[in-house]
Amino acid sequence: MLLRFWAVLVKEFVQMKRDRLTFAMMIGVPILQLILFGYAINGDPKRLPTVLVTSEASQYARSFAAALSNTGYFQILPDPVSAARADEMLALGKVQFAITLPPDFARKIDRGEHPQVLVQADATDPGATGNALAALAAVANTALGHDLVGAQAPAGGAAAPFEVRVQRLYNPEGKSQYNIVPGLIGTILTMTMVIMTSLGMTRERERGTMENLLAMPVRPAEVMMAKIVPYIFVGYVQVAVVVTVARTLFGVPMVGSMVLLSVVLIAFIAANLSVGFTFSTIAGNQLQAMQMAFFFFLPSILLSGFIFPYRGMPQWAQTIGEVLPLTHFLRIVRGIMLKGQVWTEVAPELYPLLYFMGGTMVIALLRYRRTLD
Amino acid sequence: MTAGDDLAIDVTGLQKRFGALHAVKDFSIQVRRGQICGFLGPNGSGKTTTIRMLCGLMKPDAGSGHCLGYDIVKQSAAIKRETGYMTQKFSFYEDLSIRENLSFVARMYGVKKRRAAVDAMLERLGLTARARQLAGTLSGGWKQRLALAACMLHEPKLLLLDEPTAGVDPKARREFWDQIHQLAHDGLTVLVSTHYMDEAERCNQIVYLSMGQLLARGTVREIVETSGLTTWHVTTAAPIDLAQALRKEHGIDMVAAFGNTLHVSGADPIALDRAIAPYLRDSGARWDKAEPELEDAFIALMQRSTPNVGVGAN
Repeated sequence: MLLRFWAVLVKEFVQMKRDRLTFAMMIGVPILQLILFGYAINGDPKRLPTVLVTSEASQYARSFAAALSNTGYFQILPDPVSAARADEMLALGKVQFAITLPPDFARKIDRGEHPQVLVQADATDPGATGNALAALAAVANTALGHDLVGAQAPAGGAAAPFEVRVQRLYNPEGKSQYNIVPGLIGTILTMTMVIMTSLGMTRERERGTMENLLAMPVRPAEVMMAKIVPYIFVGYVQVAVVVTVARTLFGVPMVGSMVLLSVVLIAFIAANLSVGFTFSTIAGNQLQAMQMAFFFFLPSILLSGFIFPYRGMPQWAQTIGEVLPLTHFLRIVRGIMLKGQVWTEVAPELYPLLYFMGGTMVIALLRYRRTLD
Repeated sequence: MTAGDDLAIDVTGLQKRFGALHAVKDFSIQVRRGQICGFLGPNGSGKTTTIRMLCGLMKPDAGSGHCLGYDIVKQSAAIKRETGYMTQKFSFYEDLSIRENLSFVARMYGVKKRRAAVDAMLERLGLTARARQLAGTLSGGWKQRLALAACMLHEPKLLLLDEPTAGVDPKARREFWDQIHQLAHDGLTVLVSTHYMDEAERCNQIVYLSMGQLLARGTVREIVETSGLTTWHVTTAAPIDLAQALRKEHGIDMVAAFGNTLHVSGADPIALDRAIAPYLRDSGARWDKAEPELEDAFIALMQRSTPNVGVGAN
């Protein structure tokens, strides 16, 4: 009995040794996970970009800004902007917060009128803003401590010199489903599209049909397109299902245009499919193709801002995230569904997607072999 | 053999290496249109690699030539359009039915009146009744028929068949070869690799490869003649004992047992006669002088393994 056990055991080790890529992946995936979870991911994002809307440069305004910076959660942009520009920056996702100081902020404080400070937060990802908003409440009470004199000086337990009113934009109730469910569209597509196509060519090779395919007068681009197109349809069906369920079960709004989303989807789906196709020209068998798909999927999920706030990641992780199609698609899909973004607002995120798609398609076509050698 | 137009295959000096393995060495061959050329040789002798180079599936490291008038390196797309290639391993889609596989192939080649062409091919190879059966559930012989049907669908001018009858029963093999002869009669050029001697004998021309090298080529007669073998058939009650004794004799190159009959051959007739002289007197065995067979010739060729024995002209 032991001998037969030994026979199979030895065979397994020999086979493991033969499949170098699979073995490398078995080591590589845990390392990747360690690095991503250990260094890149941070559930408590700091230094969130914040813009001030104020017309005055009073001592109070400066102290307030400094106090916000000191919490570590806010990175105040140096130049204050107009209210209209602040709204735009929020809509485009360029800033996480816009803080509006009312006119005559300093004078009202001096008079003890408790002016209202408006804090607008891009709450599409409640996880990204939660801690910052909590820190904000504390700041209001202490920020001006040293500046206040006389009657307005805080006398133990007195009310804060000004009032902070928080406005959670795009997701007033701070529901995490609003953030996760649109993101799921991207994640599900990434997973199925990359896996399905990465198996595409590898299956031909593994089943021996590749030789026949190569012997026929067909061009690589024809094969690639024909293998990609069916999954574009599959992708649309998936999106239809997710959007329908998102609305009926979770009440996720669809503020923007469904048509615009459908158009952008083509680029995103095609980008993922060309990644999968590239993998399938590299992988020797279907197992390797699956592993490569997983190797792509992992950073896509972790570095794109799907679960963990993008702004919480260190710069190097953001740079990698910036390359991945899912990162840009998440911004687009959340922008359209929650913020009602229009074509011009979506475009800046669409270009990186298209570049990525073009790049991978070129690699795939270069990798595709017309011959068996 | 002069006009290049008359040649379906005309290649010279083909070389192919896979790392340290020199799979095909300086291979040249000419095959006239409408001929059946048999490719023989042991496993790993470079038959498949040569066929793949002919139809553009592999690029030769060196050498040049034409298939159907197209350059094998530069015009492989054109060659693929007019060539039917039947792979050694079944390479159609097992999860498609026979008809679906044929329709796929017909579309790939842009066959006109596809439905009618597929129907006609199903009929011709007796596949009509099984048209809806999934290819994966077919037995070896039927898979072979499907593969042949698929590679003839676009009416190629050249058929490259890589061991098409391996693992097929004798009746199916005979039918298969009847088809091949009919096709050649219709003007197709056929290059077929095989391990079967009876199939080799049905070819107009035979090419024998060993270790990537062409050892002999010509008609069956030419190859047997130029092998220079003299053969005796010995019938005895104890063939194994006799064979063992004979193998030790100088001048006997080959002893092979066929039941109770031994084929005893030698390249040098005088040495052979001298070697067998003592045994002729043995009353228990009957000695008959015989024509050497193709197989004897090949085995002798392999044993000598002298490279590039050009045998006759084609």
